[in-house]
Amino acid sequence: MDQYEVLWAGFGGQGVMVAGQLLAYTGIKEGKNVVWLPSYGPEMRGGTAYCTVVISEQRIGSPIISNPRAAVVFNRPSFDKFSPRIKAGGLLLVNSSLIDVTTDRDDVTEILVPANRMALDAGSPKATNIAMLSAFVGATEVVKYENLLATLEEKLGKKKELLEINRAVMLAGYELGQKAMKGAGKKVKA
Amino acid sequence: MAKILMKGNEAIAEAAIRAGATNYFCYPITPQTEVAEYLARRMPEVGGVFLQAESEVAVGNMLFGAASTGRRVFTSSSSPGISLMQEAMSYIAGAQLPCVILNIMRGGPGLGGILPAQSDYFQATKGGGHGDYRILCLAPSSIQEAVDLTMGAFATAEKYRNPVMIVGDGMIGQMMEPVEFPDDFDAGDPSKNEEWAATGAKGRKARIIKSLFLDPLKLEENSIVLHEKYEKMKVDEVRYERYKINSKNELMIVSYGTMARICQTAIDELEAEGISVGLFRPISLFPYPEKELRKEVDAKNIKTVLVIEMSCGQMVEDVERVVQGVKPVKFFGRTGGIVPSPEEAKEQIKNLIKKPTRAKKAAAKSTSKRKRKD
Amino acid sequence: MHTVQAEKTIFQRPESLTETVTHYCPGCTHGIIHRLVAESLDELGLRERAVGVAPVGCSVLIYNYFNCDFLEAPHGRAPALATGFKRIRNDMIVFTYQGDGDLASIGMGEIVHAANRGEKITVVFVNNAIYGMTGGQMAPTTLAGQVTTTCPHGRDTQQTGQPIRMSELLATLATPSYIERVSVHSPMHIIRAKKAVRKAFEYQKAGTCFSLVEVLSTCPTNWGMTPTDATKWLEKNLFAYYPLGCYKKPEEVG
Repeated sequence: MDQYEVLWAGFGGQGVMVAGQLLAYTGIKEGKNVVWLPSYGPEMRGGTAYCTVVISEQRIGSPIISNPRAAVVFNRPSFDKFSPRIKAGGLLLVNSSLIDVTTDRDDVTEILVPANRMALDAGSPKATNIAMLSAFVGATEVVKYENLLATLEEKLGKKKELLEINRAVMLAGYELGQKAMKGAGKKVKA
Repeated sequence: MAKILMKGNEAIAEAAIRAGATNYFCYPITPQTEVAEYLARRMPEVGGVFLQAESEVAVGNMLFGAASTGRRVFTSSSSPGISLMQEAMSYIAGAQLPCVILNIMRGGPGLGGILPAQSDYFQATKGGGHGDYRILCLAPSSIQEAVDLTMGAFATAEKYRNPVMIVGDGMIGQMMEPVEFPDDFDAGDPSKNEEWAATGAKGRKARIIKSLFLDPLKLEENSIVLHEKYEKMKVDEVRYERYKINSKNELMIVSYGTMARICQTAIDELEAEGISVGLFRPISLFPYPEKELRKEVDAKNIKTVLVIEMSCGQMVEDVERVVQGVKPVKFFGRTGGIVPSPEEAKEQIKNLIKKPTRAKKAAAKSTSKRKRKD
Repeated sequence: MHTVQAEKTIFQRPESLTETVTHYCPGCTHGIIHRLVAESLDELGLRERAVGVAPVGCSVLIYNYFNCDFLEAPHGRAPALATGFKRIRNDMIVFTYQGDGDLASIGMGEIVHAANRGEKITVVFVNNAIYGMTGGQMAPTTLAGQVTTTCPHGRDTQQTGQPIRMSELLATLATPSYIERVSVHSPMHIIRAKKAVRKAFEYQKAGTCFSLVEVLSTCPTNWGMTPTDATKWLEKNLFAYYPLGCYKKPEEVG
């Protein structure tokens, strides 16, 4: 695998930063180079919080990614801001529970993930970011599913009840991502 | 030890502890407050001193008093806070005490912003306070390098009895990368500091730690002692990295810190397009790698030197000083917290190495002809 | 015939002082205050583990008179240096010696916060109501109407506010401390001042609290008086605005 860059964006509190970190931790587990770079500007208050994760087999140059290969957007302002920035041929994951529009771009693959609904169905709104993260991993296989699961258990395993919910959401998200890519190029509604 | 994912601020804080700097004084300021938060938790575990002061003015002076003990002392701040510490930096350098200061730079001047910048270069390398003094200044471009430089900085500070400053832009503080803390790192032995520290006049003459010399000859003497240390640093402490420098390079970039990494990406992408560019990355900003840079610039194939910074042009003055006009030195920078992207860097490079087109050549000729007619 | 008695030393230079010839003006009380500090260090056996912090002001060269380790601080920052030092070496005895410009003007922030954190240091605060070293300018402690080179028509409190009473101000802090104001203009007052200085070091030795002794002092040169007139002026004018006494004891719960 060459370098993969993915941008995570949403409201503060949606677990955007944590989702990016879990991906970065898993990258290290697989012996890859990673950089996790947060936005820490004034926009962290109330607007969009975002971070980028770069995973590479090689030494990573710029931590700043203007045009990532993928964007995972959790809310409408993030959708508006970041979906135009994705590289041609890239991937857009949209939290369709909160975003009721789809992209006009025909050069990216768009996957709709009803992340809030999936999390609520599993028993906790806190698992929203896990739905988005696992759907991303399912679609890209940037890291292995079992390694992602191991990271989840390490980092978020303290509360047993929540861990079970996260596990369930993770499997569902992963399968959604996998299934979506089988029909790559099309808009996929779950 | 296995690699762990750490935020730059926290990794640097841990590096200081691993180097035996268990005395830390601070005042909160974005984007480096995680250093203070991390050490507030960590210092009690190692029996160290953590103190949140009333201002950076006080922090600098606490560091002064603390360094007088001969123990390893550390502080961190960001640009406006570092400005407030300049009083103490001048006194600490004048009194010849070792200490390590971290500056996670944000945009200025004034309150500026909180996003990454490299606009404190002048302050860090030319002496931000009053008097004839310098601070040894190191600029990492990754979290691992920040850890390695911080761990070594204390012994270097003690070797010269002079402050060492680690400068990183906001990204160095905020981003997370895998780091490894070496188990067998030799951070040097601070116990030899007892030879000059204030430890109590028991069985020896009283010691005075000061920068006051009212006799001008004595003051000049002290300044010469300092100057000689800085000259020695220029011989022994120069650090830099060369990236893809070779005889095919059409252009040489000079850039430091995170900005240099962004240039690396630009260079890699241009290489794929058949354009060869080299990067010279100073790691020690003072002492500046003068001879080393000049050697690279003197290579026949280098037509132009391009300095890229997150400022309106500060290090470029050192590059111009080194190049002495033998090659054109161009500058590109963004500031205020805007970080130049690899795309912007590529565009700058392409503009500089663009061969004049025939049409332009013709236009140039006709212009000169017209001039002759006039 | 006279009986020759063996010589007996009844007065000598404290071990904590050196044999340096004074640079202070005639009638200045810095010399007396230095001695009180030195005697206290001697009596309590603290010299070998004492570190003084010198101010900027007339006593900037205090380290030439003392036979113990010393740090020279930037103007007003002595309490910050003392804090940094003492936090690491709490086995040592750390004291600052500061004038009114140093402590009450430029160093107001440092002294208030050091006192409020309850740093286990001793502060000797010399208040002579004027800037001495720079040649007689207005200090935060200059009395209303008092003439200095920067208030040549007398201190106008409408413009500059009232003189600051540091002991009273610091005594308002809830953190336990020992704060006393003394004077050294007469032998009786010197004996009382000595007790206060010694007590301040005793509190530090026991690790009890922050301690500060404010010493009212004369500056005949910049007050423009003979030393004798200066002592009279001090008693008549400074006493009224700066009452002597103990303002805070650590035993009293703040």
